[in-house]
This record gives sequence, C-alpha cells and structure tokens, in this order.
Amino acid sequence: MSKPSDLVQGTLDLLLLKILALEAMNGYAISLRLKQVSGDVLQVSDGSLYPALHKLEQEGWITAEWKPTENNRRAKFYSLTRMGRKQLEKESANWSRLSAAISNIVKLEEA
Amino acid sequence: MRPRKWLYTLPLRLRSLFRRQRVEQELSEELQFHLDQKTQEYIASGLTPDEARRKARREFGGVELSKENCRDVRRVSHIQDLLQDLGFGLRILRNSPGFAIVAILSLALGIGANTAIFELLDAVLLRTLPVAAPEQLAEIRLNHEGRIGNSVARQKEYSSAQWQELERQQQSFSAIAAWSTERFDLGKGGEARYAEGLWVSGDFFRVLQVNPVLGRLFSKSDDYRGCGVQGVVISDAFWQREFGGRANLIGNTLSLDGYPFQIIGVTPPSFYGLEVGRNFDVALPLCSEPAIQGEQGWMNDATTWWLAAIGRLKPGWTLERATAQLAAVTPGILAMTLPSKYDSATRDKYLKFSFRVLPAATGVSSLRTQYQEPLFALLAISGLVLLIACANLANLMLARASAREKEMALRITLGASRGRVLRQLLAESLLLAAIGTAMGMALAQGLSKFLVAFISNEGDPIFLPLWPDLRVLLFTMGLAVLTCLLFGVAPALQAARSDPGAAMKGSGRGITTGRHSFVLRRGLIVSQVALSLVLLVAALLFVRTFRNLLMLNAGMQQDSILVADFDFSRLNLPIERRLEYRRQLLPSVRSTPGVDSAAETSIVPLRGDGWNQFIDIPEAGIQRKLVDFDEVSTQYFQTLRIPLLAGRDFNENDTTNAPPVAIVNEKFARTILGGGNAIGRTFRERQAGGKPDKVYQIVGLVGDTKYRDLRDDFNPIVFVAADQDLAPDSDSTIVIRSSGGVSPLVAGLKDTAQRMSPEIVLEFGVLRTSVLHGLMRERLMATLSGFYGALATILAMIGLYGIISYMVIRRRNEIGIRMALGASKSSILKIILREGLGLVAVGLVIGTILAVIGGRAARAMLFGVNPADPITLALAIGGLTLVAVVASLLPAMRATGIHPMQVLREE
Repeated sequence: MSKPSDLVQGTLDLLLLKILALEAMNGYAISLRLKQVSGDVLQVSDGSLYPALHKLEQEGWITAEWKPTENNRRAKFYSLTRMGRKQLEKESANWSRLSAAISNIVKLEEA
Repeated sequence: MRPRKWLYTLPLRLRSLFRRQRVEQELSEELQFHLDQKTQEYIASGLTPDEARRKARREFGGVELSKENCRDVRRVSHIQDLLQDLGFGLRILRNSPGFAIVAILSLALGIGANTAIFELLDAVLLRTLPVAAPEQLAEIRLNHEGRIGNSVARQKEYSSAQWQELERQQQSFSAIAAWSTERFDLGKGGEARYAEGLWVSGDFFRVLQVNPVLGRLFSKSDDYRGCGVQGVVISDAFWQREFGGRANLIGNTLSLDGYPFQIIGVTPPSFYGLEVGRNFDVALPLCSEPAIQGEQGWMNDATTWWLAAIGRLKPGWTLERATAQLAAVTPGILAMTLPSKYDSATRDKYLKFSFRVLPAATGVSSLRTQYQEPLFALLAISGLVLLIACANLANLMLARASAREKEMALRITLGASRGRVLRQLLAESLLLAAIGTAMGMALAQGLSKFLVAFISNEGDPIFLPLWPDLRVLLFTMGLAVLTCLLFGVAPALQAARSDPGAAMKGSGRGITTGRHSFVLRRGLIVSQVALSLVLLVAALLFVRTFRNLLMLNAGMQQDSILVADFDFSRLNLPIERRLEYRRQLLPSVRSTPGVDSAAETSIVPLRGDGWNQFIDIPEAGIQRKLVDFDEVSTQYFQTLRIPLLAGRDFNENDTTNAPPVAIVNEKFARTILGGGNAIGRTFRERQAGGKPDKVYQIVGLVGDTKYRDLRDDFNPIVFVAADQDLAPDSDSTIVIRSSGGVSPLVAGLKDTAQRMSPEIVLEFGVLRTSVLHGLMRERLMATLSGFYGALATILAMIGLYGIISYMVIRRRNEIGIRMALGASKSSILKIILREGLGLVAVGLVIGTILAVIGGRAARAMLFGVNPADPITLALAIGGLTLVAVVASLLPAMRATGIHPMQVLREE
C-alpha cells in the first residue's frame, strides 16, 4: 500500500463537505467512509478530523444534531447546510481548476 | 454573505460562551463515541478489549490535544480573550498592590469628585420638572424697572390685582396659575415650628397636571374671593413626616398659624413644587391669604408684589408668540391695576412695564443663580485634578511598561502577536478604569450629599434629590473610557512597538531605548506641574476671598448676638394697644438672665432685608431721595456696638407725642447733608392723602454699618424711633447681646415670653451664623478648591518623584561609571536635580500664564483680591518649588548612594 498522502487543510474541508453532502453522518462514520471511498489512500488522523469538523460547524457550512445510532447510542450527526452546499460548489470548482492545471504541467513531455 | 453567516453562527458562539460546561461535555462525548466505535472494531478483529482500547487510543493521536484544537476552533475569540486578559490583569494588579492602590485611588478621587459636582449641576440646572410635558411650561416674568412698593416672598413678581387681570386677559396659555411661598407655624405658641408653604391659585395643579395620591387637589372652585379658612393640600414628604403616612387623613385638621385647615389631599412623592432645591409641605389657595395675614395681608394691597405666574402654552404656541400676545394686552392690564397712591413719576414708570415669557421646563430656582458659577468653577477644578491624576497614571503605566519590556519581549518571542500583547495591556487599563469608576461612583454619592448638606442650613434648607440619572452615568462612563484611553494607549503602544531582540538583550545601557516615552513622560510632568500651579493659585485666591469677607468690617460687633422674633399677632391686639405691649416686652426681655443688652429693630442687618423711603431736604435742594431706613428702640447702637459719634441715642422722651427724631450715619451726613454738623438738621417725609410732610430732626450721628450684605458698600441710613411708630406691627424683632451660652438664653427668653402671653410665637437665630450662611458660596469655593489644590500638588509630586526615580534607574550605569571615574556625589546630584527641576521650571512658567487667565475668568467670584495678585502667585510658585525640590531630592540622593562597583559588575 502506498503511503497515505498528507492532506492540505483546504482539501480536507472539501472532502468532508462532499461526504456530508451525500449523507448525514457522525465523525466516526466519516473517517470510515473516507478510508473506504479513497481506497485507503486518504487517511485522516482522528485527532485532526474533529477540529476540522468543528471548524466547518463554526463557519456555518455544516450543522450538528445529536441522534441515536443503530445500537441506540447517542452520537453527533453532521449534515450539510445550504451555505455549505454553496461552499462545496465553490471549492469543487477550485479543485478542478487546480488539478487541471497540475495535470497539464505534469503531462508536458520532456523535450 | 457575511451578515447571514453571523446570524447563523451567533447562537453557536453564544452557546460556547455561556454553556461552556455543556459544550465541553458534548465534546468529550463525541470523541468518546469515536474511540468506542474504534475499540469495537478492533475487538471484532480479534483483539482483547484492553488491547483494542489501547490501539484505538494510540491511533487517535492525542485526545486532549484534539480537544484543545477543537476548543481553539470554537473560540469565541474576542470576548473570551478579553475575559482571559482581565483575569490576567487582575492577577498582575494583585502582585503590585502599591501601584494598584495609588492608581485606583487617584482615579476614584478624580472621577468621584467630577461626578459629584456634575450631579449637582445636573440637579440644579438640567433636570426637568417631574410633571407631564414640561417643555410646554412657561414662566411669565415682568420687567418692572423703577417699581415702588413691597416686594415679599421669593417670588415678588405680581400683585393680586395684576394677577387677576393677567388671568382674565391672557390668551396664550391653555391654563395659567399664580403661586408664592410662605412659612406657616404648625404650633400654637412658644418656639415656632415651621412648615414650608405654597400659596397657589385654583388652576395650579391643573397647569402642572399633577394628580393626587390621596384625596383631591385644588381646582378653580376652591379659589374664590373671601373663601377664608378652608382646605389644605399637603405633600407626600410632609404626610410621611407628620402623620406617618397613615391612610385616614382626609378631613383631619391641620393648624397653620393657629388657623384650622382641613386636609383635602396629598400630592405624589415625585412632586416638590416648582423651585429646584426646595420642597413644600403644605399648599393653600390664594384666597385664604387675607384670613391668615389679616390687615397686613398681601392680597388686598395694590403695591405688594408677592406672586409668580406660570402657564402651560397652548399646543403649537411658541414663547415668542406668547410674548407678543401678552404685549398686546399689557396696556390694558397695567391701566386696570395702576395703584391709586402713585405720583406721576412712578405712574409713568409703571405703565412702561412689559411681560417676558421664559421656558420653565427645569423649574425656577434662586439656587441656580447663586450656585451656577461656583459649580462650574468647581467642575473645572475637579476636571483639572482628574487630568493630573490621569497624567500620573500614564507615567506609572509607562514606567511599568518599561520595567516589563523583557516580559513583553518574551511573550512576543514565544508567539504572541503584538495585537494580543497590546490587547492585554489595554485590558489592564480597562480593569483599573472599571474599578476606579466603581469606587468613584460610590464616592460621588457620598460627596454630593455632603455638598448639599454643606450649603443647606436650618433656616434655609436645601432639598435636592440626587440620584445618578442617565446623563450622569453617561458622563462618568465617558470619563472612564477617556482616562482608560489616555493612560492605557500610550504605554501599550510603546510596549507593543519594542523590538523583542533588543529588549531581551537589554543591558539597560538604556539611553537609546524608550526615547519616545521619555519625551512623553517629560511632557506629562510639565503639564502636571502647570495644572497643579493653577489649582494652587485658585485655592489661594478663593481662601483669601473668604478670609477677606469674614474679616470685613461691618461697622458693628456681630459676635454674641442672638436675634429673637416675638410674634404676638395671635393676640389680635388693635393698633393702639400694640405699642404699649412692645414697651412692656422689651424691658422683660432685658431683665431675662443672660441678657447683657437688648434692643428692637425692624431690619436685622446683613440678612438681605431692607426698607427704604423717599425723603426731601428742601433747604439743600434734595428731592425724592431714596434712603435706607431702620426703626429701632433705645440702646440699639449700644447692643450692636455701633459707635455713637455725636449727639444722643433715642430715649424715653421720644414718644408719639414728641416731635419726630432721627439718627443718621456718617455716610448720610457726608453725602446727603454735604458734610458739616448733622445734629439739628431736618428732613421731610411726604405723607399720603394730602397730609402735611413729616419733619424729622436729626439728634444723633453714628458710624457706618453694612445694611443688606457684607459685600455692599456703606450706604446712607436713617434710624427712626420705634417708640414713635404710629402704626406698629404685631411682632417685635429684638437683637440681644449675651456673653453666655445660646441654649440657656433661649430657654430664658421662652420663659419670659410664656409669662407675658403663651400665644407669642418665637423664632431664634444667631446673627453670626446667618452672616456666615450668606457667605456659603465663598466658603464652599475656599474649602473645596483648597482640598483639590492640595490633592493636585500631592499627585504631581508623586509623579515627579516617580519620573526622577525612573531616570535614576535608567542611568545607573552612567552614574556608576562617572563615579568610578571620580565624579563627586554633589556633581551627580546636580546633574539629576537639573533635569527634574528643569521640567518643573517649564511647568511653572506655563502654569503661571494659565493661572492668570483662569483668575481673570473667575473674577466675579473673588472679593478683595486681584486675580493676577503677585503675592499669591509667588506663594504658590514658592510652595510648589519647595515640594518639587524635596520630591526630586529623595531619588537623587539614592542615586548617589549607588555603588559604582556594583553597577560595573552588573554590566
């Protein structure tokens, strides 16, 4: 398995927003989903996940609610807000632009 | 997007702030959930519970660190930081109690003094009457140039006749009322116990829109001619005081001057009448006045001016419009009310009177005219003291900032932003300002009450409800913020600007670092010295003014004089029997134990009372000369120790059957008689109704005395004999000289009066006390400015001491090196002193200029001193210099005690 890449803070936000856009879930589930969908390439240390989530909450892009889980334990579920949706769109667009630019440069043939 | 985001996240932030514990709990719970899930996962993959838990924990990374990061993110930054800063500041202050105490005390004194005086000013000048729509209220005044007659009560504007016409003919007011003041005796003989009374016309309470708390108030139907003794309205304060606030009061009888009035209602507690600084106890309708005063009454006399008028303007009417309308009806009013006994000259003057309409939202007040100027002067003075206190604090803070340079540098190096450091310093200043203000407010309450008590006295009580209303609160907070900025910003900026590296290396060779602060601190000292000088000069001027007035020669011996008023009107003696009664009263007073000498007088000197008449001296071509008069019994001059310069005093031969005699003072002889021998000369007094002139012969000459007020010049005075009075009053005012104590004398006199007739109403007063009370303004200014002057000097000297100490510390190395190189102690002393005293000198120069300007501005309040008096200036400068030298000497001497080796070793 290749070493998990270090994630820049900004892109972590993007990932979290996207995951929550699809479905509301708690912090643990988010970390599982991240690992799962990225094929273990992207791993967020648990320690830095929660500060990131809380920051998103402070910005008003996600909102939290305490709900019981399947095994009837209380957990904090996050979901995307309308403003968060807008932010997600913005960051996705940025990311596309960025990655397209990087790809273009990488694809350059050596002369 | 920003505002919407704020709206969204505000509940969140508030929650973080106020529900800290809950939020913390949730955070723990959230992370614990994650850990538990992870643990379950590992258990499911085969690990033991313990191992699973440990692994989960390890993988998490630092749980506490994560929590900390979450907290950082949730930080409700500004407010939480502020609280943290304040807490930190509190700890710092506790560690340096000396600094804290000095700082807080100076702030408290400065702010407290300012607020107290502002509260007084507010109450006297600015506060509106507690009635509905006070801005509609207007006072109607009369320009009565050259008016002749009897001015009584504090109001003395209109006669009853004028008032009635005014009421009939005016059209600018929806309601109009007249009022006057009076004291009524509540007792039935013996020493008087007075209630403050109001005479009011029927519509008075309607104009002011006051509603009763009990019973009813007067209406128009209560005020009709000849109503006699009917109802009385009492104030809430009187109700509480006299009747304990009991409910079944209506219909009870209240005895006023011996007449039984029925209590019909009580006014609300917030209503104290129209005069700022006074409260009323009882109110009677105008029509009851003749019933009480009898033939001496004011109501039926066309030339007794006793009423004031107030009205509520019609909606939409302005003051100018009302004045114009009144001007239109003025001729009619004046024509209808022209007193018949006026001669043509006085008549012309009368018909030229005119009305003025003035705003009355803040009530009327003699307190205002009397104390407005001193209060403003005191406000200016306390403002200066506050400035000095702030300058001191600024210096203190700057010194501390320099001392804490290393600490600040360390913090910046460890990662604090300059903004954060700045914020923390500002928070410290804020804390000081807050504590200082709180103490200042408390001090202000006590101080303002003390001030009111100081200027009030029993015969003339001042009633001034004081509470810090919104205006005063804003003023104080403004002061606090201002001082916070003043002494917090400068040092904070300096500290935040300092280069951490240099500070850390700081060996204190320090002539280069802190250059800016040095200039600032010097400037502060200079201004402190200048302001202190101004205050000292002011204090000296006011103290000298007061002394001058106290020691002013009034032409008589004021000490040991008791003034006793014997009112026997309740005996209802006819005029013919009154003189005889008085001739019995005086000897029995004289034989009362403790009385050295006693005499009657109609005018008690220096009380502000007066009586004047027109006299003619045809031989000297003098016509209608207005002269002050006084009617006295025998031994008057002896009692007051007024020197008899020629001729004789009145004696038993001067009766109503003998030709009228008079005694005049020197001023009269010099200015009216043109010098020469006064004895034997005559003057005439015109009589009404075509009777022949009364011719007086002058039989005595006495020294000049002050008449109404100490501050007046000596005036010509004519004394006539009481025994020759054909129409005496039914009260007798007797001045008594006694070398013994006041209380036994008063007891003896009460006894004497009781034995003559129990219905006599007595009132006592010590002459010197009432004179001193007349000097209250000057006494107030002298006392307070003296106190402030001393305070300012102390503050300035603390500041000077501080900065010289600081300079010494800064230059320790330089001094050490100099001394090692052989400089003598005295030369070091000279260097240091030169710096400090140089500052003081500059301050003194500036201060002198300011003091002279200030003195000119306050000229009206001074007496007998030149505002730019060189002696006063020299005294103040000398005093300040002396204290400055001492303040500089102490640290300078400590500097020379610095051992050179010690300093060099520290290098």
